Parts: sequence; structure tokens; C-alpha cells
Amino acid sequence: MSVSVLKPGLLSTIQDAGRPGHAAAGVGRAGAMDIPAWRLANALVGNRGGEAALECTLLGPTLRFEQAGWIALTGAPIPAHIGAFHVPPWTACRISAGSVLELGGMAVGCRSYLAVRGGLNVPPVLGSRSTDLHARLGHHGGRALQAGDVLPIGPLSDVHAEADTDSIHALSWGLDPQPWFDFASSAITLCHGSHWPHLAPAAQERVYGSRFSVGQDSNRTASRLDGQRLQLRAPLELISEAALPGTVQLPPSGHPIVLMAEAPVTGGYPRIGQVAAVDLPRLAQRRPGDAVCFRHDTLERAVVRLNEREQALNAMLAQVAQRLQRDGLIRA
Amino acid sequence: MDPAPIQFEPIAEDALLLRFGERMDAALNERVRAAVLTLRHQLPRFEYIPAYASVLMRFDPLACHGATISSHEALQREVLAALGKGEALIHALREQEIPVCYRGAYGPDLPQVAQYLDLPIDEVITRHVSAEYQVAMIGFAPGFPYLLGLDPALAMPRRRDPRQRVPAGSVGIGGVQSGIYPDQLPGGWQLIGRTPLRLFDATATPPSLLAAGDLVRFRAIDENEFRHLEAEQLR
Repeated sequence: MSVSVLKPGLLSTIQDAGRPGHAAAGVGRAGAMDIPAWRLANALVGNRGGEAALECTLLGPTLRFEQAGWIALTGAPIPAHIGAFHVPPWTACRISAGSVLELGGMAVGCRSYLAVRGGLNVPPVLGSRSTDLHARLGHHGGRALQAGDVLPIGPLSDVHAEADTDSIHALSWGLDPQPWFDFASSAITLCHGSHWPHLAPAAQERVYGSRFSVGQDSNRTASRLDGQRLQLRAPLELISEAALPGTVQLPPSGHPIVLMAEAPVTGGYPRIGQVAAVDLPRLAQRRPGDAVCFRHDTLERAVVRLNEREQALNAMLAQVAQRLQRDGLIRA
Repeated sequence: MDPAPIQFEPIAEDALLLRFGERMDAALNERVRAAVLTLRHQLPRFEYIPAYASVLMRFDPLACHGATISSHEALQREVLAALGKGEALIHALREQEIPVCYRGAYGPDLPQVAQYLDLPIDEVITRHVSAEYQVAMIGFAPGFPYLLGLDPALAMPRRRDPRQRVPAGSVGIGGVQSGIYPDQLPGGWQLIGRTPLRLFDATATPPSLLAAGDLVRFRAIDENEFRHLEAEQLR
């Protein structure tokens, strides 16, 4: 089982939950930028969870599936066709051997996830199949897909044997992308970091009272925020300490940087805040030029919201699995 | 005098920072490493990431849900209890010799460094190989060691124009620190030499040649030995 890359798209990478546990060796987690979308894509195709999927950025790839199987698209809405057949988003679709899936450009959002039943089975590196472009780990030395790549698909051990028909069709049900995809571009929650008090009062006001925009040079390592310059009361000399996805750093330019999935494990810039983990996937879906506004909340509230999101997500995953069982697509 | 108390900073839903101080200092770094050793032993279910003067602790915030106090406060108590037991683990320090070719293209900034420091090139090399270093932390990129112990006479600011591509193995000076680029990376440190050793190999166990606390000595080698060792690494 494999899938061949005919056109790579703008930046398509293989992603899973990332590689935790290696930060002391300088290795960050990486992993999908929009974890809930990635998990839901896996669920829709009946994967157990944890399988690697494709993260597409702005413009998707064109892929040929060598065997019949199941796919699902989540995250930012992306035009998708197999010949004349329109592939609906957030819905499991049956594809036949030789199907050529053409993914187009996203009109809103920044990242779509393509899950394949069985998962993209490239060799794991340090326990993960995630491509870390910054650290150059994962598929082919940590690079994005290129035309000609052939990606193996994992075995489908706990799935009913299916008649290898030539039919291409979508299931009659799918998921509502809301609340998993943030169409409203709502405010991003910021918890204050240890250097927040060092921001000049005017800069503190500006964080909440104005709009930033996602910079052109944003990537999987960081979302760079343009539009507002923030000043410190006085320059701070800091030594390097740990950094995390979600950390909002303020480099000397005054334009804040939000570290994303491929955050380096250490950093030496002032840490003015931390984006709430529940809102990080929303920020990951903002593309260069998109507006970003912040609202303040406490870390305690952020933990509560993370719990609520996780419960809702787990309930949704369970519902999807039940439905697939009823449809006879996975075993009980 | 008792050392300053640890400052606890909840920095993310799943992360608590333990800060021992704000300086780049060998004694402070020693406290960091001793704490990490004790915590890994006593509370092995968490991940610990040591830096110069702080430790980041990562945990699963969803596993602690339902408790009456926040997970950060509960963890802070656990950490203080673990560290308060007073049992220090004695850890044999690993010593690693790093062969370095300081000549020609291997140390492209060496002439400017010598000029800036007002020292002959040979003196810069002698002072760099005479010191004993200790890995304070691994960061920036997989396997990148931040070394304490640089001869103060060799301290020099970073380059004003950082390089887009520093070759793998480059040994650099950045302020009072010395470090080694494990891979081709962008960087602003002054490059005075290069090692043929591989500092990071994702397929090796452990993947990073060096870890926080390791002692490091540099040994000057010539170009022939560099090429010979480089060929050995590829085998």
C-alpha cells in the first residue's frame, strides 16, 4: 500500500502527535499544528489514533493512491477532487486503486489534514513520524513532500476485509467543522508571562487594544506578528531558558513572535505571554496577512478550557467510532 | 549562606518553570543539574529540561484534573518535597574529548577573533584547548551544547551579520559561551574551528553525544586528522 506524490503542494509535511520527551537533547516536539483537526481526520477513517497524516499548507498536493482505501480531510476547508468526483471535507471517502486526488488552494485557514486509513507509515524517528523542518527530523531528513515521493500506508489489521471495488464515494454523514475550525477568527487567549510587567504601559494596552497581523515569514516554528511594535520599559538582558509552543517572545525588533509546533527548546528573548493551548490550533490556522487580536485570561482558566475541549474532542472521537462501527467500517 | 529559594513559575498549562537564579554561573548551573538528577529519580513521570539557571518541568495537565488545587501548585509541593529530602545523587561526570581543527577554512573567524582580542592566533587556540568546559544545557537545535568555562580572555560578541549556513561541527564563541553546531544551521557565533565528530544522530542511543553536566575538552588536530576522523564517522 502506498501513495505517490505527483505535485507536492506549497508545503506538505507528514505529522503526528510529535516527539515529546527529547527536549533535554535539544529536540522539540513538532507534530501537527492543529492537533484536534489531525485527531478527527484519523478518527474519520477509522484509525486507532496516533497515525501520521498529511499536513497541507495553503495549497494542497496531488496524490495517486496505488490501492483502494479510505481518506478524510479536516482543518481548513480545501477544494478536493478525484476526477469529476468532489471530495467533501470532514467526511470519510472511499477511493479506488489508481485514484488521483487533487487538492486545491484553501480560501480560508492555513492548514488542512489528509488522513489515510492505516496512516502514513514512514519510518519513525525518535518515536514519531512527524516531520520537523527546523530540526530536520522525520521523512527524508525532515523535509516537506517532493514530487516523486512514495509514502507507504500502514496495515489495516483491525478492519473488515472489503471487496476491492472500483467505487469512489463519500459516506452519507460527516462532521460539522465547527467548533473545530474557527471561521469567526475569534480573539486568541493570552496568559501573561514572567516578563509581562517589563512591557511599557502603552505596550501592554496595545497588546489587547489593537490588531496584529500574521507576518509573511511565519512558519511551523513561529507566527510572527506584525502591525504593532511593543516596547519594554528598559532593555532586559536574559540568559537562555526553556521555550515552548505558545510562548510569546519579544525580540529587539518589538514585533512579538508566537512559538509554534516546531519551537526550539530554548530561547533567550523576553517572554511576555503564553497563548492558551486551546487557542494555539486557531492561531495555527491564521495565514500570513490574517488579523490576530488578543484577550487576557488566567492560566487556571486556560487549564479548565483545555479540559473542556479535550472532553468534547474525546466525545466526538467516540461518536465517530460508533458510527463507523454501525456502518460496518470498523470492528467493535 | 543558604542558596536563594527556587522561584516557581507556571508558564503553560503543561509546564512549570523552576528558576534558581538569573545568571550564567557554574555554581547555579550545578544546582540546576543536581535538582534535575534528584527529580528524575524521585518523580520520574515528568519531563525535565535543564537550562543555565532553570529547569522546565512538563506534565500532563489532563491527568491532574479534578484536584481541588491547581496542578501547578500540587506539582510545586511535590517538587519541594522531593528536593527537600536532602539526598543528593552522586553522578559520575562523563568526560568527552572533542577534536577540533582550528586552521584555515575550518575556523573562518579566527583571524578577526585574534585581532579583536589582541592575541596571536596560536594563543587563541592554546587558550581554547587549555580550558575545561562543562555542558550547561543542550538547546537551540538537537544536540547543540552550551559550554561554560571559556577563558574570559576569549569572550567576544557575536557577529553583527549572522550566517545563514554555519557548517556542521563548527566550534564557536558567543559572548562568554562556547558551543558546537551539530548540524548545518543559521548562526551568529564567531567560528574558530570545526570538529569532525557527529554531535547528534537520531538513530543513536542516546541521540545527543553530549548531555548537560558533561565535561568537555578540545584537542587541536590538523587537516589530515580531521579528514581521517570525518571518514571514520561516516563508516
